[in-house]
Amino acid sequence: MVWVFNNLTEIWQHTLEHLQIALPPIILSFIIAIPLGWLAKRFPPARGTILTLASLLYAIPSLPLLIVIPVLIGTGLQDPINVVIALTLYGIALMARSTADGLRSVDPDVRQSATALGYSPWTQFWAVEFPLAGPVLLAGIRVVSVSTISLTTVGGVLGIPGLGLLFTDGFQRGLVEEITTGIVLVIVIAVVMDTVLVMLGRWLMPWTRVASPAVRRRRNLRAVTT
Amino acid sequence: MNIFAEGIAWLFDPAHYGGVDGIDTRIGEHIMISVIVLAIAAVIAIPVGYLIGHTGRGRVIVVVSGGVRALPTLGLMILIALNVGVGLEAPVIAFVVLAVPSILAGAYAGFDAVDRRTIDAARAVGMTEWQIVTKVEIPLGLPLLMGGLRSASLQVIATATLADYVGAGGLGHFLFLGLQTRDYPQMLAGSIVVVLLALFSELLFAILERLVVPAGVRAGERADNQEDVRAKSVRSRTATG
Repeated sequence: MVWVFNNLTEIWQHTLEHLQIALPPIILSFIIAIPLGWLAKRFPPARGTILTLASLLYAIPSLPLLIVIPVLIGTGLQDPINVVIALTLYGIALMARSTADGLRSVDPDVRQSATALGYSPWTQFWAVEFPLAGPVLLAGIRVVSVSTISLTTVGGVLGIPGLGLLFTDGFQRGLVEEITTGIVLVIVIAVVMDTVLVMLGRWLMPWTRVASPAVRRRRNLRAVTT
Repeated sequence: MNIFAEGIAWLFDPAHYGGVDGIDTRIGEHIMISVIVLAIAAVIAIPVGYLIGHTGRGRVIVVVSGGVRALPTLGLMILIALNVGVGLEAPVIAFVVLAVPSILAGAYAGFDAVDRRTIDAARAVGMTEWQIVTKVEIPLGLPLLMGGLRSASLQVIATATLADYVGAGGLGHFLFLGLQTRDYPQMLAGSIVVVLLALFSELLFAILERLVVPAGVRAGERADNQEDVRAKSVRSRTATG
């Protein structure tokens, strides 16, 4: 622990930089995926194209992407914005599918009821379909959050700020403690962020917490037996 | 855009083939690392996933292993490398940890998705537990298992780029060497090959996923679709009526 106590300011600095890089992609991918998911749901032929493009995007390894992006947009190789863009692209790739699946999971009867009650397509989307897709969206953004926070470290091998620098620096200096600190902090950030998302989900979707697990299990049992 | 052209030119330069640092050699290393990792991960994850899926016990293992995603592979690989030394060992261990959760989830989900009535039916016609596993659950679960292997393979091929950071070779070599010498065309050339390899793996597993669907399931799907159409026409009739 000696190394940790002697380098607290540096560790804190890296943690803050890590958050600055990791948080924007999580929020941006959630927002950008909404219109894509809507398109995929609204126009079935577009669905295949959007989802295929998304999975192709996801197939691009992160390190090469971090080298190609600066060439395309003219930034420096060590500019944190490259990581933000790369991770946003991965996030969109995952969230476009979640959003499309979530919107598709909305019961058609509910949609017809909303139409019958006089909802315009715009309010119907935001007041009925989007909230009901919520649990699937939450599951998606939790995966994005964890993998984004973990992937941000890859920037370290290029010298981009963040907790990844603890890994490369620790490797060069042979400091096991420095690397362990980095790993632990990444996991702590991921767990904290995941908890925040779950709490946010409970607060925004009060209907999902109505049934306790026991009630849900009993209900499932009844559904199976009847 | 000029740099891209240079990158592609670098790729097609005959001088960059053959020998220890040849593109062909590095592709071979990259594929070798990926295949070794996938094989070890599959040997660990498939039996465990099948056991959990068949008995329905220990589902928590699947959930917990999913949490391993938070573990930064770069950090893990470097940590192991500091303990066992540079070379192939550290990246292989770190990537196995990366690949196990996807395969485990695929194996488990494949068993879990089998309709309980199908298994009851199998038991009712007198199949033993072992026959239920080998003749019902494994064939029906294969497409989902392939899905798990597919994402594991993609992750491993992508992450194997980092292996050269601890001296294990592979296509990452061109990226790290190019980085040190600021040789952009070389970095781009390496990147292009890794991307192509990843896309090839996706294509391969996408085809496998289709191929392993049992014939009976495929016939059933067709019947279901027809039923769907019938159900839909009933729905619209009630709606208009």
